[in-house]
Amino acid sequence: MAAAAPVVEATGITKRFGSTVALHEAGITIEPGQTHALVGRNGAGKSTLVSILTGLQAADEGAVTFAGEPAPRLADRDAWRQRVACVYQKSTIIPELTVAENLFLNRHDHGRTGLIRWKTVRAKARDLLDTWSVDVDVRTPAKELDVEQRQFVEIARALSFGARFIILDEPTAQLDASAINRLFNRIRDLQRQGVTFLFISHHLQEVYEICDTVTVFRDARHVLTAPVDDLPRADLVAAMTGEAASETAGERHGPSADAPDVLTVDSASLPGAYDDVSFRIRAGEIVGLAGAASSGRIEIAETVVGLRAAFGGVVEIAGHRPRPGSVPAALAAGVGFVPQDRHHQGFVPEMSIADNGTLTIPDRLGPAGFIDGRRRDRFARTMIGKLAIKTPGPELPVSGLSGGNQQKVVMARALANDPRLLVLINPTAGVDVRSKEFLLGKVEEVAESGTGVLIASDELDDLRMCDRVLVVFQGRVVAEIPRGWHDHQLVAAMEGVDLDG
Amino acid sequence: MAETTTAAPVTGDGAAGGPGGRVAGGRRIAFARMRDLALIPAIVVIAIVGQLVSPVFLQPDNLVNVLQTMSEIAVLVLAQTLVLIVKKMDLSLESTVGLAPGVAAWLTVPVGAGHGLGLLPGGWSVPITLAVGVLIGVVNALFIIRFGLNGFIVTLGMLIVLRGILTGISGGQTFFQLPESMLYLGTTQWLGVPASVWLCLALFAAGIVLLGFTSFGRSLYAIGGNVDAAKAAGIRTDRVLWIVIVSASLLAALGGLLLSGRLASVASAQGNGYIFTVFAAAVIGGISLNGGKGTMFGAFTGILLLFLIQNVLTLGGVPAQWIGALNGTIILIALALSRVTGGKAQE
Repeated sequence: MAAAAPVVEATGITKRFGSTVALHEAGITIEPGQTHALVGRNGAGKSTLVSILTGLQAADEGAVTFAGEPAPRLADRDAWRQRVACVYQKSTIIPELTVAENLFLNRHDHGRTGLIRWKTVRAKARDLLDTWSVDVDVRTPAKELDVEQRQFVEIARALSFGARFIILDEPTAQLDASAINRLFNRIRDLQRQGVTFLFISHHLQEVYEICDTVTVFRDARHVLTAPVDDLPRADLVAAMTGEAASETAGERHGPSADAPDVLTVDSASLPGAYDDVSFRIRAGEIVGLAGAASSGRIEIAETVVGLRAAFGGVVEIAGHRPRPGSVPAALAAGVGFVPQDRHHQGFVPEMSIADNGTLTIPDRLGPAGFIDGRRRDRFARTMIGKLAIKTPGPELPVSGLSGGNQQKVVMARALANDPRLLVLINPTAGVDVRSKEFLLGKVEEVAESGTGVLIASDELDDLRMCDRVLVVFQGRVVAEIPRGWHDHQLVAAMEGVDLDG
Repeated sequence: MAETTTAAPVTGDGAAGGPGGRVAGGRRIAFARMRDLALIPAIVVIAIVGQLVSPVFLQPDNLVNVLQTMSEIAVLVLAQTLVLIVKKMDLSLESTVGLAPGVAAWLTVPVGAGHGLGLLPGGWSVPITLAVGVLIGVVNALFIIRFGLNGFIVTLGMLIVLRGILTGISGGQTFFQLPESMLYLGTTQWLGVPASVWLCLALFAAGIVLLGFTSFGRSLYAIGGNVDAAKAAGIRTDRVLWIVIVSASLLAALGGLLLSGRLASVASAQGNGYIFTVFAAAVIGGISLNGGKGTMFGAFTGILLLFLIQNVLTLGGVPAQWIGALNGTIILIALALSRVTGGKAQE
């Protein structure tokens, strides 16, 4: 059978960093036209494989071939760029420069005088974006692009080097549901035009939606490769975790009938974000706040914790009315908070786990503003134990932890002051399957102990355990859905579609 | 698997174009270019005020005088602009201004006049000045790029060391009787305008072209904006940084040469305190201390504005003792104003 050689084939790849083995005789074969998923928990070796496939690092052992030919030398960046391109989670766009310049960086068009001809550069950039139907003005400074546009621009740039094999490293992590849909449509378009994808994601749902083949890595090894259709979800999760995992969470009791309110929001409004929002949460109750990224759900949650001040209306936490727009007041009233983006608001990367975890409770660590190092470390150790944070000790900087463990530190900080009300925004973004289960399990545990929980998320798995889900659409609470909903029911509500109508 | 064989590179001409986004950007782009000219209105206002204060202000002689007194420090601003755009800093420039011509004077000024050694004929003085500049740049670059030390601290150390060396070789005194070749650039007139003014303007013109229209210039922005992305785009970042840091010191040496030529001497404190004005001019001119942002033209308007204001104050008869305090105040006001016109927090 005269099948084409695989777009890329890596065999017997071993890579060590010091004493740790990042990849052990792992391999992957990607056929032309495939959309191939690569899944695995944090630390399974996905990123190492990506850097080897893109020529950023050399494997210690093993071989990589592109279309049957051996990979170029590492120094030959141009040759690599013609074969493979990667859209990383971290942007490789230069914010101050225009889109056009970003597209043609270091390969500007020169006129006869040897100077750059901006007109030609812009025209070529426009052609390129038109070719791949990316609707962005090439004169826009790149910093003004949103995540979605940025990714499209990066994909177009990758294609412009001649690569027809693109690696997408967790492309959906920062996108909302409708942007993800647009991204998937774009991927399908490109699939039809013969582009091959390697798709890395934590969201198994997406793997089933967009990919035809899936490869699972676990503990630096290749575990299996199979067509997506032949692999039920439970088997996939089992392959990733190395054990059979049940996806459904255990039944919760829910709040008792006479539980007091821990949060009352009464006709709060913030122009441009949300309007006339009222709801209450009882002790021990888990309430979801669902909605697309720009729906206003995040702003509502941030108002509760004092990051924003509502224009009108009342926020009452456990009987107190903290001063609007004051985080210290909200903390004092008994709020624990996991912010939207852990890298921005969650932790100080170079500070230790102990310092980060106790950032909200300095007054418990010693008298008169002094901090007792031993008391802090004792506190941190219990916290590390409770949340099963994988670390050699409390003195490790948070930047040295994996994404899942970083999020656990943020969660630990939220729980440090024994909150009456726990507010979580996208609590499992960029977190692997096991850490996700653990974090959500912890939330349930906290709720069982009588804390009210508010989860603002568009991640269905986060919302599944909620006693009820409030759906926010264009700044208004449009629906309240009790537990036991179907996925399509909630998604339709979040998108503003009325299924019954 | 047979169907996969058909997959081949496609030009994608079937994809629909998206012309919709093109129109909206026009106004914003015009505005972006306006920001480059943000200081022009301020300069016009100063010109009007200056003319009201003293009819001498707009006389060609006075304007040439302003340009000449600012030419040396403007060369430093140019050098610092290059360094700031790649997200580094060079504080030692102000000491290089003194040391580079200082070493040349030390070696060429005849024995008997001050601390001169008279070891070399006067013709060597200009090459020595420039060579000292390059050498200082190489030392800076070694520390910053090769050994990965923080540029701020390295050049702060260099600032003190270089100043100390100049004080050492000069015995804390001033070198006089400089060789003829050292005086040339600072004193000669070309077409009725001092050579240093021509040189300064030519350097800025070259800087505008370099930063705006050459791959090398654009790579400075790429490095300052996102060094990893620059590397990924195939830019040899270390080499570019070396060139920038060494060129900056070379330019500072040239600035020192202009200054020594104009004053016909090298004082042991030559250039002392310049760096604050240099940074202020760059930031007022729209150069970000966070790298990757600003233009050479903006930097030029920054230094021009500062010197015009100074000139107006002098013409207005402000006592010399108060010029320092006023200067500092003006820098702060100018920063505040450029914050307002720039619209974003300065980093």
